[in-house]
Parts: sequence; C-alpha cells; structure tokens
Amino acid sequence: MSGFRMAKGGRVDRAAPVSFTFDGQQYQGLAGDTLASALLAAGETLFGRSFKYHRPRGILGAGVEEPNALISVDRGGGRYTPNLRATQIAIYDGLNARSQNRWPSLKTDFGAINDRLGRFFPAGFYNKTFMWPRSFWEKLYEPAIRRMAGLGEAPTDIDPDHYAAEFAHCELLVVGGGPAGIAAALGAANNGERVILIDEQDELGGAALSDPAQWTWLEEARASLAAAGNITVFTRTTGLGYFHDNFVAAVERLTDHLADIGTGPREKLWKIRAARVVLAQGAIERPLVFEGNDVPGVMLASAARTWALRYGVAVGSNVAVMAAHDSGWHDALALAGAGVRIAAIIDYRDTVDPALVRGAEAAGIAVHLGSSVIGVAGRHAVRGITFASNAGGNQRSLACDALLMAGGWTPTIHLWSHSKGSIAWSEKWGAFLPDKPNENVTCVGACGGDWDCGSGANLGQLPTPKDPATIKAFLDFQNDVTAKDIALAVREGYHSVEHIKRYTTNGMATDQGKTSNLNALQLASGFLDRPIEKVGLTTFRPPYTPQSFGAFAGHAKDALFIPTRRSPIDGWAEEQGAVFEPVAQWRRARYFPQGAEDMHAAVNRECLAVREGVGMFDASTLGKIEVVGPDAAEFLNRMYTNPWKALEPGRCRYGLLLREDGFITDDGVSARLAADRFHLTTTTGGAARVLNMMEDYLQTEWPDLDVWLTSVSEQYAVIAVQGPKARAMIAPLVEGIDLSPAAFPHMAVREGTICGVPTRLFRVSFTGELGFEINVPAAFGRAVWEALWQAGQAHSVTAYGTETMHVLRAEKGFIIVGQDTDGTLTPDDAGLGWAVGKKKPDFVGKRSLARPDITAPGRKQLVGLLTDDPAEVLEEGAQIVADPAQAVPMTMLGHVTSSYWSAALGRSIALAMVAGGQGRMGETLYIPMPGKVIAAKVTGMVFYDAAGERLDG
Amino acid sequence: MILIHCPYCDEQRPELEFTYAGEAHIARPLDPASQTDPEWEHYLYIRANPRGRHNERWRHAFGCGRFFNAVRDTVSDKFETTYKAGEPRR
Repeated sequence: MSGFRMAKGGRVDRAAPVSFTFDGQQYQGLAGDTLASALLAAGETLFGRSFKYHRPRGILGAGVEEPNALISVDRGGGRYTPNLRATQIAIYDGLNARSQNRWPSLKTDFGAINDRLGRFFPAGFYNKTFMWPRSFWEKLYEPAIRRMAGLGEAPTDIDPDHYAAEFAHCELLVVGGGPAGIAAALGAANNGERVILIDEQDELGGAALSDPAQWTWLEEARASLAAAGNITVFTRTTGLGYFHDNFVAAVERLTDHLADIGTGPREKLWKIRAARVVLAQGAIERPLVFEGNDVPGVMLASAARTWALRYGVAVGSNVAVMAAHDSGWHDALALAGAGVRIAAIIDYRDTVDPALVRGAEAAGIAVHLGSSVIGVAGRHAVRGITFASNAGGNQRSLACDALLMAGGWTPTIHLWSHSKGSIAWSEKWGAFLPDKPNENVTCVGACGGDWDCGSGANLGQLPTPKDPATIKAFLDFQNDVTAKDIALAVREGYHSVEHIKRYTTNGMATDQGKTSNLNALQLASGFLDRPIEKVGLTTFRPPYTPQSFGAFAGHAKDALFIPTRRSPIDGWAEEQGAVFEPVAQWRRARYFPQGAEDMHAAVNRECLAVREGVGMFDASTLGKIEVVGPDAAEFLNRMYTNPWKALEPGRCRYGLLLREDGFITDDGVSARLAADRFHLTTTTGGAARVLNMMEDYLQTEWPDLDVWLTSVSEQYAVIAVQGPKARAMIAPLVEGIDLSPAAFPHMAVREGTICGVPTRLFRVSFTGELGFEINVPAAFGRAVWEALWQAGQAHSVTAYGTETMHVLRAEKGFIIVGQDTDGTLTPDDAGLGWAVGKKKPDFVGKRSLARPDITAPGRKQLVGLLTDDPAEVLEEGAQIVADPAQAVPMTMLGHVTSSYWSAALGRSIALAMVAGGQGRMGETLYIPMPGKVIAAKVTGMVFYDAAGERLDG
Repeated sequence: MILIHCPYCDEQRPELEFTYAGEAHIARPLDPASQTDPEWEHYLYIRANPRGRHNERWRHAFGCGRFFNAVRDTVSDKFETTYKAGEPRR
C-alpha cells in the first residue's frame, strides 16, 4: 500500500461513493474520481505491463500524456474498448476495467522474462533478427511477437453503439479550457463573436483544477461562460486534428462516463470551421531519464500535485522529489502544504533560486543540490532510492514510497504542427515553441510559451556512475525505449531524427511521444554532437490522441455505408424472390429463381423464354442524359465517334464514346426526339462520368455551342420487353403509336402512351430479338410494369435478370464497356470500327486513333472463343497462351472477358482480349487452369443469329 | 478540408463540393488532324507538375456544376485565387 485518500481536499464528492472493478476485484472510489485516482487512493501502484519487456508499470502522468496505465473497459454486449488511459477514465457504478498485456495476471506475468533477456532486445532487434527465412515471418515470428508484445486485445464483437457527426461554425474556436483558453473565449465573446470552447477533460479548468487557489476564479469564469449567449462549451471533447483553412476535427465523448448510457450516440465527431483558432493546450511535464525511472510509484511531480489537490489522493506517505526544474519545487511545496510528507528534494542543478531552497527548508524538507537519483529500489512499488552527487560521489540511500520527477515542460504544439505552423527552439523551455503561423491561429498560455513556471536545466539523461550500457533508463515508457537505444541508433549510423525515431520506435506508441520526444531529442543531440535545433523535431500527425473507429465512421456503416440505389421496380422483384447483385451503386435483380432452381437453371430458363417467347427486364438503371438545344446534334457529332447530324428525328443510333486518348469509355443507344432534342443512354456505371465529360467539353472547349445537358437517369423507369412475342404483348396497352414493323422499325423511337402513361418507346434490342424499351416517368414505373406483367401472362411472359441479359448480349457479341474493355481498347480493337464516322473531320479521340502505337500490329483485340469441349465454361479473367508447354512465366496473349453457358446454343461461349486476335481466327489457343489446360478456338464475336434475322420477330 | 471559392457562385465552399480536373490552360487544338504525333502526345500527356504555383481546373460538381480555373500552391496546398473558365491565366 502506497497511496491513500487524504482526509480532506480535492474536487471529489466524498458523500458519493462509486463501486467499480479492476481485474475482477471490487473497489470503491468517489464521484469525480478517475480510475487512476481511485486506484491510487486504494493503494494500488501496479497498472500495467510494458510493451516489450513486460516490466511492471504504474501511473506516470495525470492526464492525456499517460503512457503506462492503458486499460480495457468492458461494458458487456460488445461494448469493449482497449487502450484507454486510466487517468482519463471517469469512474461510474459498475465500471469493469482490466489491465492489459499480462498473463496470467498483472502481478505474475510470464512475459516479464523479456525484461531479463533485455540485452537481447536492443533497438532494431526485430529488423535485425526476424528477417530470414522470409516464410517464417507470417507463420512464426509475427504471431509470437504479437502475443508477447502488445497493447490491449482488439474487440471481437461488432460494436453495437452508434456514432454521430456534426458540422459547426464559429468566429473563434478555442482548444483547451484552462485559464488561458477561458480568457480567450470570454474576450472574443465580449466582442460579439460566436465562440466554441472545447476541452478534453470532464470539467473545464485545465491546470487550475489542480490549484485550489484558482477555484473561486474558476467558478466565476464558468458562470461568465454560461451567461454569455455566444459561447458554446464542449467538455470531454478532444481536438484531434487541425486541417486546412481552420478546419478542426474534435470527438465528443457522450456516454463513456455514464453508468446508464441510454440510447443516444456514444461519441460525436465535430467538424468545426472557425474564422480564427486559439490553441490553449497547455504543456506536459517531462520525466527525467535515469535507471529505475519506470518503477511503479515514480511519476511526474505535476501529476502527484493533481492527484493530491484535485482528487484528494496522496501518492505516498513519504515522497522524494527529483527535480531539474523549478516547477518540481513548487509542486513539492504545494504537496507539503496539503499534508503530504516530502522526504527530500534532490536537484540536478548546483544552484537553485534561493527562495525555493528557503521555502523547502522552512517546510522541513531536506535539499540535495548538484545530485541525481541513480537507482530505485522496489519492483511493484518504490521502496527507496539511491542518489549521488553528479560526479558520482557521496552515494546515499533514502527510504521513500514514491519518487516525483520534474524535468521541465513541453508545450503541447501538436495541433499547431498539424496546421503547418513553424516551430522554434527555446532554450528557456528546453522545448520547441510555436513560431510562424500557417493559418489564422494563435497559441496562448503554456502552449504558446507564455507561462512562468520558473527555470530548469535541459538534459537528456541524469548523470550516473554506472556504465550506461548496463542500465535501463527509460525515455519512451509505452514503447520501452531506453537511453542506450538512442545511443545505439546513432552509433549504427542513424543521424536523422526521423530515422532514429523509426529505428528505436521512440515516440511511435499511441501517446505519440508526449513525454518522450524532447528527452530523446536532447540525447540524440548530445550523441550526434549537433545543436538540438539542427536535429529537428519529428512530425506530429493527427489524431492527437487515439480515437475510436466508430467516431470516424459515424453513421456511415451497415446500410448507410454506401447508399443502395433501387429502381422503381425493385420492390416487385423482391416480392418475386429475385436474387440481387450490386451494379455500380444499384442493386439489380440478377435472376428470378422458381422453386428449387439454382442460378444456372433459372438463367437457362429465362434465356430460352426470351429467345422463344417474351421476357421482361428492368433496365431502369441505364444512365440517361437529355441533350437539348439548337446545337445538340453538332455537339453529339463532336463527342461520339459516329455521325449524328443526319440522324432523323424518331430514329436511334448506337453511340460510341472515346476519351481524347482514343480509348473506349462508354457506349449506349440514343434517340433523336426532335431536331433540337436527344435522349442519350449510357452504361449504368458510366452515367455520372459521361455527364461530367460532356459538361467539361461543353463548358470549356466549345462554350459557343448552345446546348443543355440534364441527367434524367432517375426520371425514367425503363422496361425492356424482348422476344418474338414482344410486339404482340405490348400492343394492347400502347396508344398513339403505330407498332407495325414498317411504321416503327428497329432503332426507332416514338412518343405516345402506354397504360395511359406518357412514354418514350424505343424499338431497340440488347438481346438480338424483337424488342422494345419502354421509358415511362419513374413514378409510374412499377404500375406500368405490373400492367405489362398482367398483359404478358397470355404470352407466358418471363421476368429475367441481369445474368440472363448478359448471356443474351454475349450470344450476340454485344460488349459491356468496363467488362469487355479495360481502358486500352480502341473501336477497332473492340471490333467496332463500323461505328467510327470515317468522313468526320474530328470527334473526341479521333486524332489519337492515328497515333503509331494505336495503328501498330499486335494490339489486344476482342474476339470470340469457343472451347473444344462445349461443356467447358471458361473462367472470366483467365489468362490465354499460345503454347501451354512453354516454361513459366508464360507469354500471355490476353484474358477471357465474358464467359457463359448458352442455353440457346447448347454450349459455352466466351469473349476475350487477345493480342492480334482478329488475325488469329480459327487458331487454337490455350487457357491454363489449376490441374488442366483448356483448348479453345478463336472465332468472331457473334455466336447467335449472325445475319440478324430475328430482330423483326 | 480546404475552402474553395467558386467564381460562379461567388461563395467560399468546402472541398467536398468540388472535383479536381487537371492542369488548366491546355486548350484542345482547334484542328487535331493537323497535329504532329509529338504535338498530340504533348497535348494528351505532358503536364507541368510544378513544385509551387499551379494553374489547375476544378469543377463545382456538387454545386453549380461549372468548371473553373484556380491557382494553387502544390507545396502549401493553399489556393491563391480562382477565376472563370476562359479568363486569362493568372
């Protein structure tokens, strides 16, 4: 037992006991306690095991900087969070907290053997040792290392909580609610500015919370903040990153401190845009570097002050202080004043402000100047210390149950650095201070270097008479980096601070080196014999503290992760038991199984129904663009490869769209409705891309053209009715359109009504059969579909899905842009040379088609493939070779792009990209697969009805 | 998240509303057929990629939909100015 609850003092509510468990044992704390203060009050010193050496560790700090006491909190039901800092966990009735990285228990940890083997784990150990053989890494080294070295266990259940996000705007954002931040907020509010003040702690006040003399002021300040109508205060809210143009992200923790979490969100991500930012993040005290500085009970002097004055907890009954900075003296005197016995103040410096020495002597505290602690007795708690003069003489022992370190202060410039503000070395602080801003931001209080906490000595390590190679003096407590690791890194040739950081891992733990960076830098500067400002500081990156994934995900999970677009007919398909597949952001009915049918059986049935009777297909997801204006035809003529100006109103044309580099980017059938009006269709996934591309040319290359482009993809439902009986099926429902083949030929468009609903009726076919695509306003889509379905029963109409659509189009050799093309295919490569207007002087991509590489022989071209074994269906993506007996790696000619079983043909069919493919007709090529080689003949791309005789039914 | 001034809306709006559209002031040749292969290659593929001041195109895709030009510093990621398509290089 080491620490204890003092008889009085602190901001905790002594009338409100709170019960919680730590590692299964029941404890009682007080309302206002953190887990750390409550356990310290209960006499606990041991809070965790270190990352690499599994050394016993206690509490080092009192807030965000804590590197050791990492805790898992389990609320049950999947609500489990590892790696929380005990110093920031507010206790509540029923809190269930566990220590980490120990087995079988915190006090008896088998992994501690690593500590004895420490000499075998120097800096760069992993890099040097676990290199070969390569295959051992995945199976042996990494799992073993992960078991031995680590933080808390990752959650295994799906997080049941939900998380919110919100934008906020203000004239002034203040990050940090200590005295400096509060003053900045009140000042701006008096000027009428909208102010947001955020602070990571449970209550506002910052350092003032650890100074009872400021509590009256603090109460008044809080009242002023509340009274001002234009200040919004968020506590438990961490400013985690500072991004461009004064955009600060902060996470507000809403329920973690509550016994009853209710039903609201657990956390909220605030995205704050501020005209001006004030950073008032304070400063963090630095530990001192000496052997034994990580024994539980060795902690920052400022932390001990906070435990005593804010929480009413003495960290020991006989406390020694090791200082290199005046603030240690102030803290010691404050503790003595609160009734904590101070055994001695040892100061590295030979001379100290006489007023401090007098103050200590007046309080009856022994003072040893020019001296340093050289050892700490105790393993799970401090039992005493050894100290000596800096020269190594006059070694003495002192019994004590806690040792406080005061190594000076490091201003918290993390967010300042995120904002790309420059920093400058301050000899007075022994740290970097904000220098020139890159945004409209200022730093105030300690984080801006504006705080008088006295002076101190800047040193990397306390002197010791021992051989520095034999001792462990810790710099980075969380990553177990010691002073000698820095020496080793420098000796091995790492001279850049960024390299030293990565080689030793100093500052790379979850605390981002909040307590270790400056000490490591001081040491490196010494070893490199280079001034510290020339060594430079490593880069701070968001987040300032670790954050939950949930806060970043917000509502964007499950069904809300990506919106699912549904056609107006989606509900009907669902009722029919359709199986769906995602296509771009849409979900589309893939097939409609009947009874126990699998996909193969269902698709065969659907395919034959279309070929022999009539089928209905929901094509609503097609991209649709309405092109209107006197220059509409001229515009399309410039965009598409084929000629458009002569297209008569009422006729359709297959349009092929290239990028300027000559490669196919989209295609679709489009209709001319009037001299100045076109109805374009695009691929389902290409709609937005095509509209963007057309807008780009229209706005920036040809602004003289009088054309308007409007996306109408979601304005129309499209019902494809395909098959020999298609005309007979729709005829009774259509009014105002002569459906006869002579009046309404293939590739024509008519406007009229269907079921009384206005329609743009296309006579087009993506199946090779007589076919119509019925465009109706989306709101009528399902009603028209159902009316057609009713009418179609007389013709045994069959609903078919995207899989059948794919088979039918492949039988006809119709390509799918993006499946049969890959961004490197020209019209000729795809067998679509006929769609290029040879007489057109220009269109997008035309000049590129004459480039030498495009006209060179041997390009990959689309061809058909028929397997020698008609029952063999090739795998899409499979590679194609000329000689399967050649040595590996083989020369690959191309790959299979589309492959299906064709029920109509009673055999498999495939499309493939093959080098020089169009010159290989009749050649046998080979598709090597695991365990076999498949032979296939190169053919044309049209497998079914090559003469196109079925289009008229 | 950067704020970008749309010269058409005359509004400072968050980056989320905009899409990047490559280097600015690369006009499509009026008569592509007259271009030599090296000239056409240059038009298609060769970009300045400067370290510092960069004239580039953006689109207010989730706003007014207009393409416009901007000067942005590729080192600091700061926008110096934005201006309408068709206006002279700044």
